[in-house]
Amino acid sequence: MTLGDPRSFCDLAPQLVPLDYTSCPDVKVPYELIGSMPELKDNPFRQRIAQVFSEDGDGHMTLDNFLDMFSVMSEMAPRDLKAYYAFKIYDFNNDGYICAWDLEQTVTKLTRGELSAEEVSLVCEKVLDEADGDHDGRLSLEDFQNMILRAPDFLSTFHIRI
Amino acid sequence: IFPALKSALSEISDRSGRRPSRKQAPRAEGAAGRRRAQPCQKEPARGSPRPGSSQRKQAERRRQREELGEQGRSSAERTFEGRRKRDGRASLKEQRAPPKKEKEVPRKEEMWKRPKKHRSPSLASSASGGESLSEEELAWILEQVEDRKKLIATMRNKPWPMTKKLRELREAQEFVEKYEGALGKGRGKRLYAYRMLVAKKWVKFKRDFDNFKTQCIPWEMKIKDIESHFGSSVASYFIFLRWMYGVNLVLFGLIFGLVIIPEVLMGVPYGSIPRKTVPRAEEEKAMDFSVLWDFEGYIKYSALFYGYYNNQRTIGWLRYRLPMAYFMVGVSVFGYSLMIVIRSMASNSQGSASDGESANFTFSFKMFTSWDYLIGNSETADNKYASITTSFKESIVDEQESNKEENIHLTRFLRVLANFLIICCLCGSGYLIYFVVKRSQEFSKMQNVSWYERNEVEIVMSLLGMFCPPLFETIAALENYHPRIGLKWQLGRIFALFLGNLYTFLLALMDDVHLKLSNEETIKNITHWTLFNYYNSSGWNESVPRPPLHPADVPRGSCWETAVGIEFMRLTVSDMLVTYITILLGDFLRACFVRFMNYCWCWDLEAGFPSYAEFDISGNVLGLIFNQGMIWMGSFYAPGLVGINVLRLLTSMYFQCWAVMSSNVPHERVFKASRSNNFYMGLLLLVLFLSLLPVAYTIMSLPPSFDCGPFSGKNRMYDVIQETIENDFPTFLGKIFAFLANPGLIVPAILLMFLAIYYLNSVSKSLSRANAQLRKKIQALREVEKSHKSVKGRKTAQDSEDTAKDASKNATQLQLTKEGTTPHSASQNETPDKKAQDPGTSSSASGTMLPASRHLSIARPPGARPDSGPARPQTHPWRSASRKSAQRPPH
Repeated sequence: MTLGDPRSFCDLAPQLVPLDYTSCPDVKVPYELIGSMPELKDNPFRQRIAQVFSEDGDGHMTLDNFLDMFSVMSEMAPRDLKAYYAFKIYDFNNDGYICAWDLEQTVTKLTRGELSAEEVSLVCEKVLDEADGDHDGRLSLEDFQNMILRAPDFLSTFHIRI
Repeated sequence: IFPALKSALSEISDRSGRRPSRKQAPRAEGAAGRRRAQPCQKEPARGSPRPGSSQRKQAERRRQREELGEQGRSSAERTFEGRRKRDGRASLKEQRAPPKKEKEVPRKEEMWKRPKKHRSPSLASSASGGESLSEEELAWILEQVEDRKKLIATMRNKPWPMTKKLRELREAQEFVEKYEGALGKGRGKRLYAYRMLVAKKWVKFKRDFDNFKTQCIPWEMKIKDIESHFGSSVASYFIFLRWMYGVNLVLFGLIFGLVIIPEVLMGVPYGSIPRKTVPRAEEEKAMDFSVLWDFEGYIKYSALFYGYYNNQRTIGWLRYRLPMAYFMVGVSVFGYSLMIVIRSMASNSQGSASDGESANFTFSFKMFTSWDYLIGNSETADNKYASITTSFKESIVDEQESNKEENIHLTRFLRVLANFLIICCLCGSGYLIYFVVKRSQEFSKMQNVSWYERNEVEIVMSLLGMFCPPLFETIAALENYHPRIGLKWQLGRIFALFLGNLYTFLLALMDDVHLKLSNEETIKNITHWTLFNYYNSSGWNESVPRPPLHPADVPRGSCWETAVGIEFMRLTVSDMLVTYITILLGDFLRACFVRFMNYCWCWDLEAGFPSYAEFDISGNVLGLIFNQGMIWMGSFYAPGLVGINVLRLLTSMYFQCWAVMSSNVPHERVFKASRSNNFYMGLLLLVLFLSLLPVAYTIMSLPPSFDCGPFSGKNRMYDVIQETIENDFPTFLGKIFAFLANPGLIVPAILLMFLAIYYLNSVSKSLSRANAQLRKKIQALREVEKSHKSVKGRKTAQDSEDTAKDASKNATQLQLTKEGTTPHSASQNETPDKKAQDPGTSSSASGTMLPASRHLSIARPPGARPDSGPARPQTHPWRSASRKSAQRPPH
């Protein structure tokens, strides 16, 4: 039911992960190795992805977390599931809302800090203006889903080739 | 305490599962102590076919059902949870509630595991025994199994961690495996098991087949590779190319299967008649490569061109009607292309119909969907960062500019000037082509012309195609448009240039055709006279009949159809070569130069002036579209053209894939594949229509050559249909056709079609208006709901947590409540119960209609509570209901 390949999990850290991973399923691969996977190494949100899918939010992953990540990021995963995890990824401070600070983080990561502070705040303001349905100054999951499910290329861009 | 607890839980499962039909059984079962036996005694009497079953058996059956009830409860719990998840508009409260529930499930399971362990053997044996299960139980198991199956099917949609998913999946599968067999009763059981097995195998087969199908898509891996390096916009070109290849393959199959192969297999062989023989004058050079390269010589007199076909009505022992087939294939090439283009356009626009209000979310989409998670290459990532930054800046500038006024007169003047310049360019290029084509007609009459003079038309057209687009881009800089709009203009102008060139070329060609047609009469006379003289000349023995004149010696007309076909053939081939050479020189050599000379150059070549070439999506797509237009135009007069085109597309797929991966860098200005796709399709449709016009004109209004092609000797090409109808169909059909062709019938039919189009158009307009209204309504509803929730948000969240946490505690509390309330009078008890129940039922009813707000109304305390202390559990409908059942015993 998943597309993740246990072999690539083993390849990440051959010294840590025994080939017969069923014998000790709780082996964790540190974030440094997860983040340097070819699928993730150029992604500005790789740390967030690892944190969201790891159990305790530190980015270290067990095989199950790893499989989770790839099953969500696979092409076959349904829209709603993807939207749910996308929300978690963009929610930098894990408070259940995407607030202005989270948005700033996102813009900075996307542009590598090449926009000036004014521009960043303008962009965040515009985003909140557009997507915040209940005008409480932050995006709830509902707002986010409402917005992201209309995006024409959310599904085509929010997946990782395995 | 235990039975009461169980009854409470069963009530929860019952309510949450929303299965009113089954409510009766668990509740009855859940009734405390001695009362419990009574309904159970009734049940078997109703359900079992044999009334003479013993008391012990009944007790056992009761135990079984209880056990199943427990299992069903857990699954119901889960399905409920799943449904809540799936409800989509998950609120904050729901976000918080599930983890609690998740934690709770194991706890409950622990509780149930104990009884399950010692009971399941008996159940398993009786389940396998089969006949001891009553109808009702069977139906119930069936329902359970269906639930589990649904769970397995929707497991993928749930945001659970993998361990939980695996555990749930295993449990559900175990359950299904165990009880599926029990469903069939008696003799049908084996059949049922067999059917289940087959169904399972079928599912597996389907999955394998789907995998196989995805593997069979040609070049999928190549395109995905490009996609991950260059983003989806470049990949869209290759997907378009692949689609084009598919279409051409179908056309190729049509033409080859129905025209060329029958002709080769069953037609008169080469050299038997004049039209299938190289004339004496050309015979010497007919096999030279330079001649063959120009599609003269042997190639000209082959099945690749119109002129080779004979006008015999039927050929071979199959009595295949070749001229008819030729005509019908020519028509169906256009028919199929039109159909497939329009169909794919419709399916494209269906996909993009939902993003009508995407304009409202420009910044949000840029923020959350602009990063392509597919990118796995640091160069591409750098480019993506740059393009995202620029696009953000662009949007910011747009935003600021929308408020700002600027010198509108200057801009207008510059735009008019730019358009004027571009129109001048277009006219100039059109005239140049016209001039060149005229000249080439003169050259074709002369004897020894140089290579340049022979290929002047193609060279000039290719040069124009190469240099005009950059010129346009330079001029477009004057206009100061927004880049996106500028790109559209640019595409439109290049399109106009190509189209103008093509049509000028066609007009010149048409002149040529008319010239040839006017000469035809004299040539016809000459041929006639030659043959006449040959047979009647003196100096030959009259008694022996003269051998027929060798076909190579017969004088013949110029066969304008073949000439047109050859022109298109040449144009296609030269276009292909120019494309390849441009790629090789412009991209590959440039990349090599930049890459290797960078070590010893005075400035940074990679970042500075030449740098690497970008992949020119718009140019390539337009080139592909125009090439296809030429194929459509030429395929009627040169059936082999489609074969050449298939080869061309095949090679260009591999060649361009290689070139892109080896020597190109991704675009600076990324435009989205999903949007522009239909734009390309629209252009393709336009080109298809425009290429249909000249072909239709020649078919309908020019007489075919008298001595070549399948329609020779007829007045018009379409006469072949009339001939077939007259000769091969019964006469009444012919009459019907004649009647149908009557203008008096055709004009009303066209009018009717217009009316239908108008009607459908207005219907679709009104539907879309209704759609917009509904959307507005949903929006308003959502807003109301949100404002409602933001008030109650905190409170409900708190409440739901309580619900989840206290589910087990409640039961014990209930017990206490019961004991606590018994001292009260009966009437005092009655009222709060009813009060609690009414909102409960109404809320569940509203819950089915409006799932988004269901939890709200369920969880919210129904009004003010009359009594504070012991009545706390009444806030939840299931609790109150269970309480009611628990209170029943004291009578």
